[in-house]
Amino acid sequence: MKLLEIKHLNKSFGKKEILKDVNLSLTGGKIIGLLGKNGAGKTTLIKIINDLLTPTSGEVLVKGKKVGIESKKVISYLPERTYLNKQMKVSEVIEYFKDFYDDFDADKAKKLLNDLDLDINEHLTKMSKGMQEKVQLVLVMSRAADLYILDEPLGGVDPATRDYILDTILSNFNEGASVIISTHLISDIERILDEVVFIDNGKIILHSDSDELRKKENASIDDIFRRMFKC
Amino acid sequence: MEFTFDNNIPIYIQLLDYMKIYLISGVFKCGDKLPSVREFAVTFKVNPNTMQKALAELESMKLIYTERTNGKYVTKDEKVIEKLKDEYAITLAKSYFQGMKRIGLGKADSIKYLEGIKE
Repeated sequence: MKLLEIKHLNKSFGKKEILKDVNLSLTGGKIIGLLGKNGAGKTTLIKIINDLLTPTSGEVLVKGKKVGIESKKVISYLPERTYLNKQMKVSEVIEYFKDFYDDFDADKAKKLLNDLDLDINEHLTKMSKGMQEKVQLVLVMSRAADLYILDEPLGGVDPATRDYILDTILSNFNEGASVIISTHLISDIERILDEVVFIDNGKIILHSDSDELRKKENASIDDIFRRMFKC
Repeated sequence: MEFTFDNNIPIYIQLLDYMKIYLISGVFKCGDKLPSVREFAVTFKVNPNTMQKALAELESMKLIYTERTNGKYVTKDEKVIEKLKDEYAITLAKSYFQGMKRIGLGKADSIKYLEGIKE
């Protein structure tokens, strides 16, 4: 069974078409890069998969079922912007996640936070933007989900921490689970990607195995992307 | 050891190269049991699927073999590793001569340079 299947998906806001006949199917055990320029439709697509936006037409199936309450149980989602109550301490947010998600592993979260030198007794308001992003990523990766969807997980973090985050993603996703990472920082993440999906102007224009693509084009994914989307 | 990867070349091919060096230099000896795919992936900091692909390639080259339910092992045939070492050395030598040719030096001169280098 496919982990994720998207069929003839369209989404419009008023007269503006954001997604146009998107078809995509993903299996388990893969890390997929969702790559596109600003405004290409990445976040809209991700929000639809997470049932936060309704499609204008078309279908999104997670493990064979239409998205809804059940799919939220198996998808661990890192949104672009934080939704956490910043008045809370990190330890309180951990409790909050424990209440919300059966598959949340609080010990794992504490261990990862400790590795990143983040103090669980600190209030989120006292932390920098990059630190808050790290906390959020740790929470998301500490769930034993089937599908992790990370929308721009590296935006606000320094290059040294990026490497640690990539390793965290690599070593913490469940066997059989898949990870979708949306980003435009391609060169930083391409080494861990199994597959790449290029999205432009609301359409999927390429879906390929990343090493096959490198071999075929004799170039890095980053170069291929730049060539294709040259302004 | 830090492993670096060039994004312009398929990652599994670069992993294959690291693994060949491990086998030639005897980090893993004939008949040794290899770490699991996951363990390798953590060491190299790569995707387990990519590591799997590199190991499958090594297996098709008969450099390693899988023992059902028991994991992967280095070939017991020392000749295979010797041959790999020979091929690898030739490739390195060829690329040296090519580089020297580009700056206008022939084989004889190139060998003189080699002999002049103190280790």
